[in-house]
Amino acid sequence: MARMKFLCDADRCIECNACVTACKNEHEVPWGINRRRVVTINDGKPGERSISMACMHCTDAPCAAVCPVNCFYTTADAVVLHSKDLCIGCGYCFYACPFGAPQYPKVGNFGSRGKMDKCTYCAGGPEADGSKEEYEKYGANRLAEGKLPLCAEMCSTKSLLAGDGEIIAQIYRERVMKRGYGSGAWGWKTAYRETIES
Amino acid sequence: MASFGRFIRLAFGAWALLLLVTAVPASAQQVNPTASSVKEQQLLQELNRIQGRVSIPDQRSGVLEQPQGREWREFRNVTLPWIGGVAILGMIAVIVIFYLTVGMVRLEAGRSGRTIVRFNAFERFVHWLTATCFIVLAISGLNITFGRPLLLPLIGFEAFSEWSQWAKYAHNYLSFPFTLGVVLIFLMWIGGNIPNKVDIEWAKRGGGLIGHDHPPAYRFNGGQKMIYWIVVIGGGLVAASGYALMFPFYGTGIEGMQMAQIVHSIVAVLFVAAMIGHIYIGTIGMEGAFEAMGSGEVDVNWAREHHSLWLDEQKAQTGPNDGQPRPATAAAE
Repeated sequence: MARMKFLCDADRCIECNACVTACKNEHEVPWGINRRRVVTINDGKPGERSISMACMHCTDAPCAAVCPVNCFYTTADAVVLHSKDLCIGCGYCFYACPFGAPQYPKVGNFGSRGKMDKCTYCAGGPEADGSKEEYEKYGANRLAEGKLPLCAEMCSTKSLLAGDGEIIAQIYRERVMKRGYGSGAWGWKTAYRETIES
Repeated sequence: MASFGRFIRLAFGAWALLLLVTAVPASAQQVNPTASSVKEQQLLQELNRIQGRVSIPDQRSGVLEQPQGREWREFRNVTLPWIGGVAILGMIAVIVIFYLTVGMVRLEAGRSGRTIVRFNAFERFVHWLTATCFIVLAISGLNITFGRPLLLPLIGFEAFSEWSQWAKYAHNYLSFPFTLGVVLIFLMWIGGNIPNKVDIEWAKRGGGLIGHDHPPAYRFNGGQKMIYWIVVIGGGLVAASGYALMFPFYGTGIEGMQMAQIVHSIVAVLFVAAMIGHIYIGTIGMEGAFEAMGSGEVDVNWAREHHSLWLDEQKAQTGPNDGQPRPATAAAE
């Protein structure tokens, strides 16, 4: 089985936000929630870089560790998913997540936190693959159809890579070798406790 | 014409040479665009977080990485259960040992059969409002920390989630009457709870818990004043930190909420431990104590033994013949 990861090549990202839009559209993500966003660091200054970030599907995921109701699970592809039936919307996964991935719809008491929503790596949830219930709660299940996450698939500069960690790391390594530079695999050290030597 | 042709050839040659000369160093010094670019590790070392600009409306998602979430995880999964476990189980252990060795603090003179009003209806209402809210808040709060390892394996995922969802609703809604209760307790009992010299004497004599000592006390003794300030300060802290968690991003960012959760949970488990002690002394720990919050009237002998100065005050107000207890042997059984 593959070990699915995301890799954003910050030297290629042009902050077009197409990944953000594609994700919202593919999964019909409600207003106010963004499963993926593009953060620009040193905006307008020399050395500016943009990084597309969503759930990194961490090794030993912090969200799963702190969840009071244990609603997270890891698939055979190492994708971190959760059950919205079990989630109570306490906010703990958001405090623990290094990447700010968990989002809460403003429903429930005092409109503070409804059931958590986050990037599913286009892999749905615990319901039957491709079912209507799964789509309504978690969005499309592209992985079950043999497709990779849409954000990475339609990235115009191929900055955002999704797929088996070994393979995308190799692609990135070759790129860095060919062009002679690379600002590294953002978030990998925090998410996977390893980085790509370049 | 020939000279012109030679000139053209020369000009082309010179131009080509110039191009070659300038082109060689240009290709040799390949520009490295990352030389001046931001580096992830450098940013993390400097600030322990990476923040930037986002073009989506949700501006707080500009925090790209906050690895301190891992430290919060360590607190939530390891440190807090230890603090809570030691405080609460430790308090229960102390109480059990105390009860088995010393037992209930008896009324030494027995009951006089005459009573004196200690807490009026409003005071008792506020006490029980705060107390019932506190018990629900404590159980639903402890469930968040200890439910997953202790209760979830017993009742299963669905039932535990269902219960936790309701517990969360109860926790959120009852925070308001609880806060009201804490504010009212603060206002209505502040007069009797300013520490003074009598409390030092009371504390020196161990509050009279050991042996048959009865250090003098006004309406509230040193221990009760401690409980008062635990409720006021602890209650104030859990309320303030709790509202910060209940209304995310109103005045707090992610570190603010992590800090709020740490303050909320530590104060809460210590609060629970203190209240277990309070409940013990108010019920099976001391004869005649529960009536103060039950019917609101305590036996005059109880008042004399535990709050002698307060009883003197009350007698001075109501006249010398009031509140005179009959001998203990005559007390109606």
